Amino acid sequence: MNRLRAWFLAPSWAVMLALFLAPLAIILAYSFLTRGTYGGISLPWTTESYQRLADPIYLTILWRSFWIAGVSTVFCLMLGFPLALFISRSGKRKDLYLSLVMLPFWTSFLVRTYAWMFLLRDTGLINTLLEKLGLIHGPMPLLYNDGAVILGLVYGYLPFMVLPLYATLERLDRNLLEASADLGARPWATLMHVMVPLCASGIRAGAILVFIPCLGAYLTPDLLGGGKSVMIGNLIQNQFTTARDWPFGSAVSLALMAVVMLLLAALVRRNDEGLL
Amino acid sequence: MKRGGVGLSVYALAAFLFLHLPLLILAAFSFNASRFTVWQGFSLRWYAAALQDSQLIDASWNSLIIAAVATVVSTIIGTLCAYGLWKRRAPVLTGSLYLSLVTPEIVTGISLLAFYQWIFRFLRVQLGMHTVILAHISFSIAYVVIVVMARLRTVDAQLEEAALDLGANEWQAFRYVTLPVILPGVIAAALLAFTVSFDDYVITSLVAGVDSETLPMVIYAIARRGVNPVVNAISALIVVGFGGLILISERLRTR
Amino acid sequence: MNAVLDLRGVSKHFPTHAAVKAVSLSIEKGEFFALLGPSGCGKTTTLRLIAGFEEPTEGEIRLNGANIHHLKPYQRNVSTVFQNYALFPHLTVRQNVEFGLRRRAENHIDKRVREVLELVQLAGKEIRYPSEISGGERQRVALARSLVLAPDILLLDEPLSALDPNLRKQVRAELKELQRRVGITFLFVTHDQEEALSMADRLGVMSAGELQQVGTPEEVYLRPKSRFVASFLGAMNWIGDIGVRPEVTRIARERQRQDERSRPATVVRSTFLGNCVHVEANLADGQTVVAEVSRVTEPFAAGDAVWVWWESGDELRFE
Repeated sequence: MNRLRAWFLAPSWAVMLALFLAPLAIILAYSFLTRGTYGGISLPWTTESYQRLADPIYLTILWRSFWIAGVSTVFCLMLGFPLALFISRSGKRKDLYLSLVMLPFWTSFLVRTYAWMFLLRDTGLINTLLEKLGLIHGPMPLLYNDGAVILGLVYGYLPFMVLPLYATLERLDRNLLEASADLGARPWATLMHVMVPLCASGIRAGAILVFIPCLGAYLTPDLLGGGKSVMIGNLIQNQFTTARDWPFGSAVSLALMAVVMLLLAALVRRNDEGLL
Repeated sequence: MKRGGVGLSVYALAAFLFLHLPLLILAAFSFNASRFTVWQGFSLRWYAAALQDSQLIDASWNSLIIAAVATVVSTIIGTLCAYGLWKRRAPVLTGSLYLSLVTPEIVTGISLLAFYQWIFRFLRVQLGMHTVILAHISFSIAYVVIVVMARLRTVDAQLEEAALDLGANEWQAFRYVTLPVILPGVIAAALLAFTVSFDDYVITSLVAGVDSETLPMVIYAIARRGVNPVVNAISALIVVGFGGLILISERLRTR
Repeated sequence: MNAVLDLRGVSKHFPTHAAVKAVSLSIEKGEFFALLGPSGCGKTTTLRLIAGFEEPTEGEIRLNGANIHHLKPYQRNVSTVFQNYALFPHLTVRQNVEFGLRRRAENHIDKRVREVLELVQLAGKEIRYPSEISGGERQRVALARSLVLAPDILLLDEPLSALDPNLRKQVRAELKELQRRVGITFLFVTHDQEEALSMADRLGVMSAGELQQVGTPEEVYLRPKSRFVASFLGAMNWIGDIGVRPEVTRIARERQRQDERSRPATVVRSTFLGNCVHVEANLADGQTVVAEVSRVTEPFAAGDAVWVWWESGDELRFE
């Protein structure tokens, strides 16, 4: 039995090794090299790229990325929890509502980001409507700022928060909530002291599934932030294209990976359900 | 807890509108005769423009070919992998698959670019369709494994033992018992891999060659320059197409 | 000696515990043999060792004299009926039953399938899927699927546990009859001693990985070789080192015999069970015994002073 399974795993091993792990190993190596005269890499080995990370410019970008990702995650939690609650109580229509939540997500991230460009720009739908209604006199700069990026990220990753929350809420024993009410707790108290703690694993899962992609976001800050809202992802892309400073770009990438791994190590508990 | 009932329903409605309205509006304005955000009559001119644009058509073909090849390969490899991981531990491989899911796309993209450029010192190859396809296979496998694995978990482990007991060897047990039972999950995984591949921008833009422009890359370029109703039209087509595929995928996944 | 299955000193050690410890067992051709024991005693592991799903750590497994313990399940002429039947959900009843025959590419598949389906009274249900038939019918499909391959021995893992309780008595009789007709050796595993006693030609009692005793139902029930076997096969009163079954424990108001096989006791309660009455009484040292008495006798009330006694032939002594 074991030999067949080993053969079945071989192709995946090959792909992961050659097309995922090896490339990561290469940029790990690159992060310790120097930028070539015309871009790319050259000797000598140095830790200079990592030292540059401490520069305030880059720390600002790091901080902004954390802030945007954090705010987006919190919004997703606040918006997603009631929605997950609603679906978990909807009885027969659960599957329908879940599909409705997931459907937008699977229809092209690019298109969904573009949709907000369409809505938020100066001559976009929202400004046009507000002007027509006489509520404002000139276009509001809704696009190309941190807020637009957060909106785009929340829109993009809300389903990732709703699903794990729904999973834990669905397994919640209704009797516990009734017991809480029976013992004299008001709805808000039951929510905060019983429901939320019991959903801790779902909240953790949702937070991880939202925060990490948001931290490493590229497309959303690029299209909706328009260069004014530079996040780590934009910085990395920039280093590998325009600036052609591969060592530094690699260092930033690895720093990002390190942060992601630390977060996972801190937040994922052994008894949380795995996907694989 | 019943008191939250109406308020919760109203909120849910608002949330669903939030999720779906932007796309619906986008699609609605793809039929706008004018290129401005003022409705000036129903028209299909943007669809016509989209379907006649040679750059768009070439890019669409590229996307289709890349997605088709990457899907077939990653589904086969991923299904075999999920089966191999079923009831058997392979911590390093599982770890790598997890890692490929949490690694930001930009990092995966640039690492592949660096990898390819390094390889190109030894082989006389360039960036092109093949580099994109390989990249897509790489990031799609984890998705396939997850979906197929979820399906495998619902399969009674004793079915294979029964097959072996009745005279089937390991390969026959997989082929005649397990594979047919998980087939809906495999197809669902394939549809998922297809949409993920077709829609990818970040990684593709970094490893595509000059002649392997994909549809997302063209859309991005146009969108970067500002809003263009042709993008609305293409978007509407993509949304409908993907939406349909995903609905089928969901049906199959839970059959 | 016509042993179809021979286990010699078979052990199976898992990293955490030893599931089977030096089990030696011989099963005759055509026997209906039961392996009985509480859950966790190793009986299912023993079954899996015979079927080939586990490899023994020590010992030999011989089928018709030939060593099989290095053979894969599909290389052994042994077939298993699983506890929850493990019917292939994507195949019809017919396709399930012919599965093994197709893998061997044998002849006359249709004829043989038809015959075995008639044997288990499932003719007419060939095109149904497992999800469309009842639990009892599913069991018969599992039986047919295994029997059609004419195995040297048929293994059954808790065959009655997945059935409705009110079906079990009937299925017990049907299984016994089926085995008699086909003449194939059956080895079934159960934790229910009533099943084992009523169905088996011989049975083996297992506990904590060890085979405690093998014998006919009468032998094992009336002449148990250990306290465990005695207690497991039926209720038991322990009076010091002596064991007496409730159905042979007598109770009376006057002392009936003068030797030590008679003890004074106080009635705790009397429970009417329909076909008999169980009287619980406390002995002088606090030990509780249960006597099974017929409905006809005068009822005993709590607090009554009585004498508990038994015949010498009915007592069981263990060191």
